[in-house]
Amino acid sequence: MAMVHISNKPLTVNPLKVSQPMGATLAVLGLDQAVPLQHGAQGCTAFSKVFFTRHFREPVALQTTAMDQVVTVMGADSSVVEALRTVAELNNPEVIGLMTTGLTETQGADIARTVKEFQRSSPEFMDISVIPINTPDTLGSLESGYARALEAVIEHLVPEGRVAGYRPRQVNVLLSSMLTPGDAEAVRAWVEAFGLRPVMLPDLGGSLDGHFDPAGFSTLSRGGVSRIDVATMGKSVATLAVGPSVFTAADRLKARTGVPDHRFEGLMGLAACDAFTEALAGISGRSVPDRIDRLREQLLDAMVDTHFVLGALRLGVAADPDHLGMLARFLTGVGIHVVAAVASSRAEGLVDLPIEAVVVGDLEDLEARAQAGKAQVLIANSHGADIAERLRIPLLRAGFPLYDIFGGAARKWVGYDGSRQALFDLANLAGAARPEIAPYRSFYGKERPPEMDGHVPVAASGASTLLG
Amino acid sequence: MNADEIQALLDEPACAHNNKGKTGCAKSKPGATQGGCAFDGAQIALLPIADAAHIVHGPIGCSGSSWDVRGTRSSGPDTYRLGMTTDLSDIDVVMGRGEKKLFHAIGQAVERYRPAAVFVYTTCVPALHGDDVAAVAKVAAQRWQIPVVPVDCAGFYGSKSLGNRIAGETLYRHVIGTREPAPARPRPDGLPTHDINLIGEYNIAGEFWRVAPLFDELGLRILCTLSGDARFHEVQTMHRAQANMVVCSKAMLNVARKLQEDYGTPFFEGSFYGVEDTSQALRDLACLVGDADFRVRTEVVISREEGGVAQRLAPFRDRLAGRRALIFSGGVKSWSIVSALQDLGMDVVATGTEKSTEEDRARIRALMGPEARMIGNNDQGALMETCREYGVDILFAGGRYLYPALKSGIPFLDINHERDFGYAGYDGLVELAQHIADVIDNPIWAQLVRKPAWHRRPAMALACA
Repeated sequence: MAMVHISNKPLTVNPLKVSQPMGATLAVLGLDQAVPLQHGAQGCTAFSKVFFTRHFREPVALQTTAMDQVVTVMGADSSVVEALRTVAELNNPEVIGLMTTGLTETQGADIARTVKEFQRSSPEFMDISVIPINTPDTLGSLESGYARALEAVIEHLVPEGRVAGYRPRQVNVLLSSMLTPGDAEAVRAWVEAFGLRPVMLPDLGGSLDGHFDPAGFSTLSRGGVSRIDVATMGKSVATLAVGPSVFTAADRLKARTGVPDHRFEGLMGLAACDAFTEALAGISGRSVPDRIDRLREQLLDAMVDTHFVLGALRLGVAADPDHLGMLARFLTGVGIHVVAAVASSRAEGLVDLPIEAVVVGDLEDLEARAQAGKAQVLIANSHGADIAERLRIPLLRAGFPLYDIFGGAARKWVGYDGSRQALFDLANLAGAARPEIAPYRSFYGKERPPEMDGHVPVAASGASTLLG
Repeated sequence: MNADEIQALLDEPACAHNNKGKTGCAKSKPGATQGGCAFDGAQIALLPIADAAHIVHGPIGCSGSSWDVRGTRSSGPDTYRLGMTTDLSDIDVVMGRGEKKLFHAIGQAVERYRPAAVFVYTTCVPALHGDDVAAVAKVAAQRWQIPVVPVDCAGFYGSKSLGNRIAGETLYRHVIGTREPAPARPRPDGLPTHDINLIGEYNIAGEFWRVAPLFDELGLRILCTLSGDARFHEVQTMHRAQANMVVCSKAMLNVARKLQEDYGTPFFEGSFYGVEDTSQALRDLACLVGDADFRVRTEVVISREEGGVAQRLAPFRDRLAGRRALIFSGGVKSWSIVSALQDLGMDVVATGTEKSTEEDRARIRALMGPEARMIGNNDQGALMETCREYGVDILFAGGRYLYPALKSGIPFLDINHERDFGYAGYDGLVELAQHIADVIDNPIWAQLVRKPAWHRRPAMALACA
């Protein structure tokens, strides 16, 4: 049980939180042939685009309704319709994700109604699925925006019905924003190892994995989960939901389709990985492949090998709530003391974490708590670099954004092998930073006598035997 | 080194192993031997002399896999951390170029790194084909005007313990007694200074620095520690100490004995592991060097330190009381660690006695009772069996037992010279307690033995799937 402290400072210093519209944007980028369209002033979109471009080192498809001061006062529905029409004409996407921002939610925009108006007035674009997503940045974080987008996608693209199990080898996988494209690939391989076909929602592993596309640059997302596959999610034999933030999406999916689901708070560490493996064995009716047992044994060995360094290591971590939960369970599972834990926003599950306290706050809170708790290692996004430097401790980069390293988004954290690598990296950072016993220099001194300098013969002092 | 010289070294009158059937210097048994060779032992004993260059004369096998094993620490020069070897090739061996190569190797080391002295370790290959390392050392010493000490320690001479002794013998023959110590700096508090040596203290992970301030406080000047954080010129002056303490190692007992024979310096054996032993060591030193006033000051320091450590250990005593430990380490550590663990309230169920002497065994019986279980066999498999049989919570042993223990799911703490932590002295015991508690209470142990669900299902269920 963790005490949850809400940091009630008037000033947020070094923000940890990333906005809801950005989370929804990211989720939409995990759909194939899609464009996220942010309804707001153009700055929201420009910032988002730069942020994700730096993080993924990829071009990012993203558009804006570019509200000006007239439409802000007089009503911006026309801007939405115009933007949808323009995006449809120029890019011909399969899906447009239309998300609100703080500005438009405050204004009182009803985007669901505006989308209907667009569809009525533009029958030539009937084939394009336009999904309205309410994501004011006055609430939540990247994680909740991402989850809301998944809920909206399910509501709009998965037909209601009772045909669960029509595709007995197909499983739905709902992934929280804490899973990187590398993680998504790992989850896919994990599911496929049991002879199952995953429909991943979203599938960042297919779109933002950082592949060199022979077709060249596109203004659309390319390679995520297709609209057609999403439409078949009701026929799957089971749903796997990873990360508490997508459990509401799992509720929606279950309500619409009746597909039974399995829920996982995270996929790092032995217990979490075992639970996922066990679920896959149960769903598929197949025995666990030897390869997975082997990876499991490798993780066990890494736990043993690193425990001298990691056992009782004091660590500070800042992340979105799902991510913080997964990391905290994983870290405490190998004996690490989480002395500072900061979540970017509130979430129900924080209170259940196996650590003493969680602060809902910013990176200034992380810095203060890490210092007070004498943290020896930090886990945070790239903004943690300066903090780590000030505290003179190493940083393991995780979360959003990762702009000062290569491969941050490709990194695989989950699974037996992802967990193992995280242990190795933490142990290497912690081992290198471990304090030595300070040399003690005696009052009586141990300086080399002056006559020994410059290789003057030491025969005079009695070493004649050495010199023959 | 000829057979007579080796035999003379094996015969160590001050060592309780002598005349006993089982000794640490016993002949190794082919096919059932663990542990290092004479070169290994000699290098370990001398390498901590920090301002010297240590050149391994031999093919790459000797130095290539043994250099930069960080354990001992220096407060000053780090010349000793450079891995230096003549890296003899087959051409060197066939054409007899070893001596010439060694000569130039010494020159390169001296000119490039300007060490205080050079130690040259003779390994098996040059010993076999007859390089005259002593002669090369002599010529090189003249050429570069620097002490060059030949250490004749071919691996085939015998075990690591023998190598330790060779190291001591070499120092005694070539280095000790070749310089007079500078007069001690007068103390601001006006108290007298007494000169002592520590023999067989290696400053692993800098652990002696936890104890060293007490020596300064009491007015004990350490002329030389053999050989942790030592300097070559300090080794030269060892013959002038008023007392020698042989710390937790029989290995260089020959040095202490010869200093007693030739210079009349009294010595005693002690340890800095655990509260009791640390206090006893200070008392013994006080007895050998000091007057009544000195002994009183020593008692004051001891009671201050013991009071402080008791307070800091209290929380760990609660966590560790009654936890079962098995110690598997040679010689003195077989009992010195027992006393440290008993200080923590732990239950020591068995201890290894592979390299222990009769005297060590007597101490074990005194500490653990007449029924003390002693394990003389150094077989790794049998040791793991014993751990399971006794349901031990933690195994203390040297590095080579680390991975066998971990693979067996047995919590483990390294107490030998490769370790990265310093456990000596009062503060060291607190650190040791912290580490034991962290290791024993780590949540991974339960996870290791828990079988995943799919392994717990009956085989039939899987077959049906």
